[in-house]
Formats: sequence, structure tokens, C-alpha cells
Amino acid sequence: MAILIIAEHDNSTLKGATLNAVTAATQMGDDLHILVAGSGCAAVADAAANVAGVNKVLVADSAAYEHQLAENMSKLVAELGKDYSHVVAPATTTAKNFLPRVAALLDVAQISDITSVDAADTFQRPIYAGNAIATVQSLDSIKVITVRGTAFDAASTEGGSAAVEAVSSVHDAGISSFVGEEMAKSDRPELTAAKVVISGGRGMGNGENFSILESVADKLGAAVGASRAAVDAGFVPNDMQVGQTGKIVAPELYIAVGISGAIQHLAGMKDSKIIVAINKDEEAPIFSVADYGLVADLFDAVPELEQKL
Amino acid sequence: MKVLVTVKRVIDYNVKVRVKSDNTDVDLANVKMALNPFCEIAIEEAVRLKEAGTASEVVVVSIGPKTCQEQIRTALALGADRGIQIETEEMPESLSVAKLLAKVVEEEQPGLIIMGKQAIDSDNNQTGQMLAALLDMPQGTFASEVKVDGDKVNVTREVDGGLQTVALNLPAIVTTDLRLNEPRYASLPNIMKAKRKPLDVKTPADLGVELKAHTTLLKVTPPAERQAGIKVSSVDELVEKLKNEAKVI
Repeated sequence: MAILIIAEHDNSTLKGATLNAVTAATQMGDDLHILVAGSGCAAVADAAANVAGVNKVLVADSAAYEHQLAENMSKLVAELGKDYSHVVAPATTTAKNFLPRVAALLDVAQISDITSVDAADTFQRPIYAGNAIATVQSLDSIKVITVRGTAFDAASTEGGSAAVEAVSSVHDAGISSFVGEEMAKSDRPELTAAKVVISGGRGMGNGENFSILESVADKLGAAVGASRAAVDAGFVPNDMQVGQTGKIVAPELYIAVGISGAIQHLAGMKDSKIIVAINKDEEAPIFSVADYGLVADLFDAVPELEQKL
Repeated sequence: MKVLVTVKRVIDYNVKVRVKSDNTDVDLANVKMALNPFCEIAIEEAVRLKEAGTASEVVVVSIGPKTCQEQIRTALALGADRGIQIETEEMPESLSVAKLLAKVVEEEQPGLIIMGKQAIDSDNNQTGQMLAALLDMPQGTFASEVKVDGDKVNVTREVDGGLQTVALNLPAIVTTDLRLNEPRYASLPNIMKAKRKPLDVKTPADLGVELKAHTTLLKVTPPAERQAGIKVSSVDELVEKLKNEAKVI
């Protein structure tokens, strides 16, 4: 049986997290279908059809799916999903919202946030904020799975030539509606897709001081993140939070500035290739995971770093 | 309006968990247990709704062995009015938990259900959504603001790109994110008072739910350890190492 992958998108572009989910799905089977559910999302469907390894693209184009409300999406995905062996989605806030509803409607478990595919029915996933790894075998006929993007390479956006098929069913539960959104606007790369991430913690002191991180980020083409302490203190918005309950990142280079290194934060970045820590407290736990540690006042070290890059 | 809050007993978030040497699970023997932090935020929100006159009663429910009554009592000390424990030997899977809770909701008929977005042990982030599906109710997950307005509730949600607000018909399910509120501490008089608040015990059989396993836990292993690297003495040395040794800039 085939595998259904749910595309992450904003009605105009296919999001990178989908590509990591495709790679995970190739390890579960080889007949891959992608569902693009949205409104005016034809360009996304075309992009999905070009992804290497994809055999079919299903497009559900309706106003009911414009904001991917969980109440509507779950009914659509459950209806389609009953004919598949696996229903797979990236572990983004969109899919984490609707996919457990799909699992309940199909009367099966959801296996969340997998980091490895051991067999078509056996998966690894972090538990206890990444302090342990569970290997879980599914006993269900349909496996409903969310994929941690940083654990799988992105599939190529070229080389596929999947057929695009329209899905006519429209599910509008009529019990919820979209009111509005405040999305952060930035010219920098997305946190979860960036090759370099520079994050600030409580040591930054206030939100204005994040500008010194932004200067370094602009030189390195980096994304700017933050620890939970910095977000809770109101320095920066929640979408910048790196950690167990925020975003999970694994860039080539992660620079932690004024971050002590709580377990919660480490869970979100410890799979980065190279970790740099700049902190004036030489006892800070962040140094125990850093490849390069610099004990210094960040207000001296970060501007100097920016100059020397 | 009655508000139902669910709570889970989990390892205290300050405790570093260790995997058992036989790799069957994590070692929870003699480990400090506590209320799941997201559930604490859920109780706080419900109690605030009661203080504001929006909620008339706050009912708290937990599932597990008798020890989880401790967490129900904590919730009662924080301001919930009565508790329900569904007694099970082990912790059922999320879907079974949702099925048990669905029966409680059918009996209690709350106008709003507030739950933590995830438990810090299994990190599944799914029970609230599953319960919403079983009851065909709307959901506001990862909430950072909850405003009840007549027969609707507006929920502002923490999403990947920022914040999203949805309007839900009541009854609805809300799952809490970290910034929804800052939970209070229970005062000693309230802890004493909580001991006398009603607490009902039910079994899955009472609710007519059969617990079923959908997964098998094959093993639990420690994560790959990351070794500490070196300390550099200057920004110059750092830049040099990043360029020539790590080759990442």
C-alpha cells in the first residue's frame, strides 16, 4: 500500500519541512503520494510533483482548507488516509495540530516526532526532552507519523514527475474559523532551515541588544534564535524560541550567546554539527556541549566577532 | 459554565532522567514526581476563568494509579473544586486516555476543556487533539491567550511563524502553551482545604472503555552523548578555528 505525505505550505510555496518528511517516507515504502490541501494552491501542487521520489500529488483546493484548520483538515486526511499504510507529516505546528485528530478518527495511534525509521512499522523517537530515545513498534494497520525534520535530509525538489489529481471532497466542519495572524517578517532564513543559527539568552539583557546578533547573522547568512528564558522575559517573540517546546534546529554552526544551557534548550540544538558558546560564566552547562567555548562578556565578544568575520 | 481540566503525574522537570541498564524504560524508582508543567498552566487558566466569573466550577481529572491523587490534590489546592481519578495500573496510551476522557466529558458536559499541550515524559503532543476528534469539538492548541466571548472562545495560538487566532464554538478544547499564564503557588491553608474537597474514583470498566495497545515499546536507550570541546581564549582564535578546523564559515 502507498504512503500519504501531507504537504506543509502557505498556499503559494511548498515548505522545506515537507522534503524531510518525504525522505523519511522513502524508508517506509516506495509508492509516495503527497496531499496538498489549501486554497488557490496549484503552484504548491506543481512544486510537490517535481519532488524526487513522489508518484502522485493529490490536490484538495477549497476555501475550507485555506488556513488548514484542524477540524476540517482532519476529516479530509482521515477520509483519504484509510486507503494508505502510512500517513506522514512534518512535525510542524500545523501538522501537530491536525494529525492526532486524524489518528483518533482512524482509531490508531500517532507516533510523534520520529528521528529514525528502523523498519516500516518500527521507529525511534526522543522522549523526556531528548534525554532518552524510545524504539516503538506500531501494531496498527495504518501508521500515523510526524517526522522531526532535522533527523532526515531533504529530498530533492527536482527530478520528480508525479501526476497531479484533484480531490473533490470538501469538509467544512463549521465549528471553528480563522480570525487573524501575526507572522514575523524577516529577510533572514527560517530557523529550522538555516545553515547557521545565532541565538541569544537571558544574558542579552533586553530585546534591543539582539541587534548585535542580527549584525553577525547578516554577515553569516544566519537565522536568529533565542532561549526560552529570553522569550519568557519578553525580549523577542515566541517564534524565535529554540528548545524542546520551541523549534528543533540542527544547523552546520550554532552560536549560543548568553545562554546558560538548560536541558530544555539543549534538546532543541544539540544535534547541530558545530556548537559555539559565548558566555561570561565559565561554569555554564552550555560549555559541556560546545565544540568551541569562549568565556567572555558577550557585549565585547559579539561586536568583535562581527568585525572579524 | 463548567470547566474540565486534565492533569498528568510526571517526573519533576528538574530531575535528570536516566535510562535503565536493561534498556526497558527510564528509571522512575525513587524519583521525584510532580504535576506536568503544561497541566499546571491549564489549571491556572481555569481558576482565573472562575475568578473572573466566567467559569462556575472547575473539575480536574487524572488517569493512573492511586499515586496520581497527589496531583489531583495539588490541582484542588490551586483552586479546582473537585477531582476525578480514573484508576489504571499503568499509563494507558494517548488514544485510550482520550477515550476515557471522552466518557468523562459526556458525563460532566463541560463548556470548556483545558489541557496541557504535551506531557514532558512522553512528549507526544496529541491527547487534546485526539479528544477533540472523538467528541467532534473544535480545538485551540498551543494557546497563548484564551478569551471566552458568549458562546464562542477566541484562542491565540503559538505557531511556527508567529501567532494565529481562531474562533471556536463552545464547547471546545484548549491546550496550553508556556506563555498562557504564570501559575500561582498553592498556599498552606488552600493545601489543607484541598484535602476535604471531593475526589471520585472510577475505573475504565465503569466508563465502558477497554484499554487497547496500539504500539509496543521495544527499547529505551540513552541519546548519543556530545563531548565537550575546547575553550578558546579570544575571538581571533574562535574565528580561526571556525575557518580552518571546523570549516563552517
